[in-house]
Amino acid sequence: MSNHFIQKTWVIADFEMRKIMHDPTEILLRAVQPTLWLLIFGQVMARMHMMPGGNYLDFMSPGILAQSVLFVSIFYGITIIWEKDLGITHKFLVTPTSHNALVLGKALSAGIRCIPLMIIIYILAALLSVHIIWNPLHIIGVLVLLVLGAILFSTFSLIIACLVKTRERFMGIGQLMTMPLFFASNAIYPINIMPGWLKVLSHINPLTYMIDGMRALMTGAPTGFSLITDYTVLLLSSALMVLIGGALYRRVVL
Amino acid sequence: MSIIETKKLTRVFNEYAAVNGLDFNIEARETFALLGTNGAGKSTVIKMLTTLLPPTSGEAYIGGFHLVKESEKIRRIIGYVPQMLSVDGSMTAIENLMLFAKLYDIPSKECKPRVMELLDFMGLTADAKKPVRTYSGGMTRKLEIAQSILHRPSVLFLDEPTVGLDPVARKAVWDHIIQLREQYKTTILLTTHLMDEADGLCNRIAFMSHGKLVASGTPQELKDSIHKEGSTLEDVFIHYTADLPPQETASTERSDIHNVSKPTAL
Repeated sequence: MSNHFIQKTWVIADFEMRKIMHDPTEILLRAVQPTLWLLIFGQVMARMHMMPGGNYLDFMSPGILAQSVLFVSIFYGITIIWEKDLGITHKFLVTPTSHNALVLGKALSAGIRCIPLMIIIYILAALLSVHIIWNPLHIIGVLVLLVLGAILFSTFSLIIACLVKTRERFMGIGQLMTMPLFFASNAIYPINIMPGWLKVLSHINPLTYMIDGMRALMTGAPTGFSLITDYTVLLLSSALMVLIGGALYRRVVL
Repeated sequence: MSIIETKKLTRVFNEYAAVNGLDFNIEARETFALLGTNGAGKSTVIKMLTTLLPPTSGEAYIGGFHLVKESEKIRRIIGYVPQMLSVDGSMTAIENLMLFAKLYDIPSKECKPRVMELLDFMGLTADAKKPVRTYSGGMTRKLEIAQSILHRPSVLFLDEPTVGLDPVARKAVWDHIIQLREQYKTTILLTTHLMDEADGLCNRIAFMSHGKLVASGTPQELKDSIHKEGSTLEDVFIHYTADLPPQETASTERSDIHNVSKPTAL
């Protein structure tokens, strides 16, 4: 990767962040959903004692963190379509900027957008006496997984946006994908209690690996795979998404 | 050598030739207008020449660079203002300009002075720190033009630059286009539906109809060409583009109408 590529990527991410700083209400509103999951769903489920020997909230908090990353990122494509409708994308594409840098820059900003959610969920989890590992290396590890996951799902979303091109179709597909990705993962229940077919699906779902890594680093739970596997799956799948996204990005204006 | 040269430039959408075998040249420092009915193919020409849309066949050169093989080099010498008002409303004018200054690889030391220079040039300095969503249509358009000339392009593409603006704002945009042409010696290709805009701003005009060029020349040549006493550009427009068979009156872009061959004035 050349310096030039990194610099352009950063320019895009930097300006996306400035937009968030101008109006942080979006971030606060985004925090409502994970809060409800933890405070209501989590509290009720914890009373069912379905985790023998474990605390359900410990199990669920990293899942909810990953879930909020998924929900924020999977609708990122709507921004891409909105920018296309406004003509902003046209102007980006007319600059001498590599399409991969444009796509990665936008994906990175989706990751940065999720950082406040991470802070809020950590604080909430601490208040709910979740057993959190405060070792800075673990926190950085979770952060890296969060950014990688956001890159992965936001670019996946961008790819769909480039293919469907209209907001209406995109919203339909976005809704269609979110729940299957979420339910076919280890976010709110462990893989070993899943029926066989769902186990298979959860193994090809990158969200599972993101949660597996986050759970190990955030609460010290044993990993289902290994941290190396988790990071490798996320890194490779997000790199693949960025390459496909970069190749398709110009199609959004056609 | 002409700064823009197209040879049989063609773009087909689902078997419909939106642009069909276009041949024209634009010389450096000309202001050239592309006129025609809605769906005539003007925007498709602009999208191809700005490297957004690959041509189906034919060739074009901008500043001597091949449109497809050297698109990256072309992007460094052209500026583009799309038809839609396309700035990011959540950012300030300075931020909108700084973003593009950086995307155009302007050295970081030079970014700020150049942004300030162009804000001043467009008369936007007083509102430079306001979010652009508070701007009027005219101010937004001026900001967009500033954004498109940050890297001092030699060719500027303006796709209906004054669409939706009130007469005062329109006049202001025209004045800025004239000033910018003088000051930065830019070649301009614009599309418009306003005949006085084409007449007043451009030294050469081409008419498109159904993806083909049907007439071109200076405004005066075109007015003379229809042999009518006291003819205006509007008469010329109607003369060259309005003789449609009845089923072709729909004005949707890229309608499924096939090209009719007709005598050209070229």
